[in-house]
Amino acid sequence: MKSGSNLERLLERGEFVVTGELGPPKGPDANVVKEKAAMLKDHVDAVNITDNQSATVRMSSIAACKILIDEGLEPTMQMVARDRNRIAMMADLFGATALGIKNMLCLSGDHQIFGNHPEAKNVFDIDSIQMIHMVKTMRDEHKVICEDEIEGEFTMYIGAACNPFADPAWYRPHRLAKKVEAGVDFIQTQCIYDMNRFRAFMKQVVDMGLHEKCKILAGVTPLKSIGMARYMAANVSGIIIPDDMINRLRDAGKGNVAAEGIKILCEQMQELKDIEGVAGIHLMAIEWEHRVPEIMKMAGFLPRPTV
Amino acid sequence: MIVGERKPFSEILSMVEGDSKILILGCGSCVTVCMAGGEEEVKILGSQLRMAFRRNGNNAEVTELVALRQCDDEYLEDTPLIEKVKDADIVISMACGVGVQHASTFFNRVIDDKTIRVVPALNTTFMGANIDVGEWHERCLGCGDCVLEKTGGICPITRCAKSLLNGPCGGSFNGKCEVNKDTDCAWHLIIERLEALGELDNLKKIEMYKDWRPSHSGGPRKTVREDMKI
Ligand code: SF4
Ligand code: SF4
Repeated sequence: MKSGSNLERLLERGEFVVTGELGPPKGPDANVVKEKAAMLKDHVDAVNITDNQSATVRMSSIAACKILIDEGLEPTMQMVARDRNRIAMMADLFGATALGIKNMLCLSGDHQIFGNHPEAKNVFDIDSIQMIHMVKTMRDEHKVICEDEIEGEFTMYIGAACNPFADPAWYRPHRLAKKVEAGVDFIQTQCIYDMNRFRAFMKQVVDMGLHEKCKILAGVTPLKSIGMARYMAANVSGIIIPDDMINRLRDAGKGNVAAEGIKILCEQMQELKDIEGVAGIHLMAIEWEHRVPEIMKMAGFLPRPTV
Repeated sequence: MIVGERKPFSEILSMVEGDSKILILGCGSCVTVCMAGGEEEVKILGSQLRMAFRRNGNNAEVTELVALRQCDDEYLEDTPLIEKVKDADIVISMACGVGVQHASTFFNRVIDDKTIRVVPALNTTFMGANIDVGEWHERCLGCGDCVLEKTGGICPITRCAKSLLNGPCGGSFNGKCEVNKDTDCAWHLIIERLEALGELDNLKKIEMYKDWRPSHSGGPRKTVREDMKI
């Protein structure tokens, strides 16, 4: 066992897992985290806590993770390379383990230009692949980067992201291979709409045998409205929303778009389950935490397996 | 070369309000080439200042001069120049930030009967190349430990908005950087170049944590060549 987290145990047992996501509030109110956590509890196997997502200041991931643990959920702490140098990262990782956090996700992070403090200085001391290597070295060799011994036991189940639709497309499985070589345990992908392109990506991944070296969770996000679909397609790198999906939303008619979006999502979740190499789903509801129970029920993923 | 841009006129004007003898000192090197602080730009700033003073009924005197290089004593050790500096209330340097500092240190060393004020007329922006007429792009951050041999001659530290060392982030799209759709993704360029060079294997190796000590993170740097010292 790497950290003995529920996520790790379920994945190792071969269960098809579903992870959720929770964006901490833009302020210190623990109740906001607790309310969102209550909606996700028992409906997903672990919950990613974002780290100042979109470079907008929010409650720290580590603090929100601790609130989740106290509420009886298992968090996955996201950590971006934008805001911390290696010293701060390793210190936070010690703190995370001390607080009972057992999963983490290594990310480069959105550039600060997209957030609410574009005038900030960024860090980018190490990149996401080096971060994976750093956490693995800490866990498996009990050493920090400088080779000093770590006092006590440091455990962590190490995750990272992957955008199968970014360019250059042919290089993306190779970048994933590099994350595997650096020591990643699980991968969560960018949200998928173009299932054909994702299938082609997974075929390459399977041909390279990468699915046997790390667990790959396919990312999905419900389309809440036609406006959101258009916005995502135009502004989020690599997001291609097939025309027939947009047409289905439009044909659903006023008042039924959100329901149709959920229906599309549930169909996707079912399809993803059958794609070779996909070990689970990462459901990013993005401020729709309250609809996760109905999504999970409709998609036929309830009840969740127990560890 | 070092690229700079002239500051807005109002900002420069506010630095010299209250002075009656103003010396504008251009630099004949990098900033002449990037058309920010050479002889031409000295003339333009001089005319702008005179016009503004005339409008305000201010009869301050503006003198214009150019040194071939402001970052080296050799080009500042010029008696007429030093006399003009001595005579001025303020020197507006149109050199890069290096030149401004060096000229200030130099004049204050050689002139001992007064303290010389040297202020900048430019914002020094980056070390870059001339890409097109009137267009310069940043190319090097002076990290102190060059990796260009591994990246097909394209610098990921400078040209990737996140200084990534192990390939493109998930925001690379159509060859452009997620941070600015008008900027090439450095890693896209690197991959294309490595492919052309038959060196794609470079991408497979994990590039380990960079030692930032030779960069500015290690504090201000200096180069001492003992073999050159007399
Ligand atoms: S690797 Fe360092 S020295 Fe080389 S071009 Fe880039 S910033 Fe400059
Ligand atoms: S898109 Fe390319 S240049 Fe821009 S941050 Fe990502 S890897 Fe770097």
